[in-house]
Amino acid sequence: MRPASRADGRTEAEPPNVPGFRTWRGVYLFVFGWFVLVTVLLAVFTAIFS
Amino acid sequence: MNAADWVVLLGTLLGIAAYGVWRTRHVHSLNTYLRGDAAIGWGTIGLSVMATQASAVTFLSIPGQGFESGIGFVQNYFGMPVALIIVCAVFLPMYRRLNVYTAYQFLGQRFDEKTRLLGAGLFLVQRGLSAGVTIYAPAIIISTVLGWRLDLVVVFTGLLVLAYTVTGGSEAVALTHRWQVAVIWAGMVTAVVVLLLRLPAGLGLDGAVHLAGAMGKLQAVDFSLDPSRRYTVWTGVFGGLFLSLSYFGTDQSQVQRYIAGPSLRNSRLGLMFNAVLKIPMQFVILVLGALLFVFYQFVPSPVFFNQAEWRRHAQDGRFHAIEVEHAGAVAQSQSAIRGWLEARASDDVAREANAQAAMVAASQHSRLIRTEAKAALVAADPRAKTKDSDYVFITFILTQLPHGAVGLLLAVMFSAALSSTASELAALGTTTTVDVWRHLRPLAAADEARNMRVARRFTALWGAVAVAFALFAGFAENLIEAINILGSVFYGVLLGLFLVAFFLRRVGGTAVFLAAAIAEALVIVMYFSLNIGYLWYNIIGCAACIVFSLVLQAVLPPRARSVEGPAA
Repeated sequence: MRPASRADGRTEAEPPNVPGFRTWRGVYLFVFGWFVLVTVLLAVFTAIFS
Repeated sequence: MNAADWVVLLGTLLGIAAYGVWRTRHVHSLNTYLRGDAAIGWGTIGLSVMATQASAVTFLSIPGQGFESGIGFVQNYFGMPVALIIVCAVFLPMYRRLNVYTAYQFLGQRFDEKTRLLGAGLFLVQRGLSAGVTIYAPAIIISTVLGWRLDLVVVFTGLLVLAYTVTGGSEAVALTHRWQVAVIWAGMVTAVVVLLLRLPAGLGLDGAVHLAGAMGKLQAVDFSLDPSRRYTVWTGVFGGLFLSLSYFGTDQSQVQRYIAGPSLRNSRLGLMFNAVLKIPMQFVILVLGALLFVFYQFVPSPVFFNQAEWRRHAQDGRFHAIEVEHAGAVAQSQSAIRGWLEARASDDVAREANAQAAMVAASQHSRLIRTEAKAALVAADPRAKTKDSDYVFITFILTQLPHGAVGLLLAVMFSAALSSTASELAALGTTTTVDVWRHLRPLAAADEARNMRVARRFTALWGAVAVAFALFAGFAENLIEAINILGSVFYGVLLGLFLVAFFLRRVGGTAVFLAAAIAEALVIVMYFSLNIGYLWYNIIGCAACIVFSLVLQAVLPPRARSVEGPAA
């Protein structure tokens, strides 16, 4: 039995529908930027408390 | 534990399991059983991915890690955000475009049946064995501290998870995950609040954090290039990237969580939810451990936190002498801490530095006595369990939390065990049905009702295997470590198979199959002949699989290296 097809080219191109983001590339950049920010904050935390 | 704790514990666990069974009692669609509700939201996908990754050991061991070694372990998760971005951009669209139930179906469609079976086989061996450890590891800690029978805890956990996983499959797993994560967060917030309230008057969060920092527990990041250091930014970013890519991209227990849902958008947002939250969440759990360290500077603490193990061996005067010596060292340490707090309040920098040096020296003396206690245990019984950091948080829960909250925190541990085990069993049942059983019974693939029955039976069978393994694991403690190592020995090659499939379009099925087999053999030979950290085998296995694939594709005769394999 093959599962009913749900995916097509349209779903791949669907926008993230997240306020402030028009493309997935923007979402990925935000997440990467968040990771960099968290790393910097942890480095600052280490410098202050260690 | 009193009646209130039992009501909270059993009410939570049985309530969530009953909810899972009841909500999915009418699941008759194979698609829903194997992949979950087609209307599932991104939040549920995100929570389900989170619940699958966070096993009970996360909440028992990681605070202990913060207590013992500080919060540097958080760096281990630094590779995860980038790995999840790669999964969202590369792996996920392909899985959804091919509309697969399992990640290994993709290997079948990209290469051929033998490569698909190899991928599925590597997953089944590795995850099938580790499912038993997922049940056993928290059961042994909880049963030890509470004096419960280990076999009853294991069987109770196994039956509970099987009840809703067999009934509702992937949909029940996702539905119960939402509530289990809610219980976990509620419990952890409760523990943090109680811990902060129990800190000595006048110390406060600010003082506690500064004290933990002065004791060397708050070094979150380490940019050192020294390869002998266990946790650095670089090992976290690069090693963590490989580990996370293997786990989230190729392990069916995770793939099954995020291929659910009505759209690619929901799956991607569910994964991005984890990419954003995971590091802060682990940071909080580790800081909880560091604050536990501060707390036990002011409250009498046992010299060895696994008190059941200690009492079993502490029969002679030597152990009593260690306890007395430890009590003296703790008193000395408390005096040094008070001196440091006074010096800090005086704004005299030189005085504060001297007081901090005295405090660290006193703390190191206490630590030496704890090491001495472990040596005494080994001298009394070479097979004694000397790792007691896993028992720090549970000791705090049982001795410091009010009744009701103790039941809630035990529900946290069981919920975490159930959530990760449910994902594992659903994934094992699905992979066995779709990738193995259907391969052996190709004509039966069209019979949806029969597929459902078979999937349920395989899920139940894997549950029975996990419970049986957990019951006998106590007789073979070394086996557990071997299984953890087995994961790294297999994961790298499995990731290599998928990376070749995604990025080396000219490599065909025979070349990658032979390359994976040779790479796996190489990793196993290296494991038995070299003495290197087993996490390195993730990278070695992956790199070997990719390099051998390219070489074999170049040297194999044209017929044997056909790029297009038969469809799954």
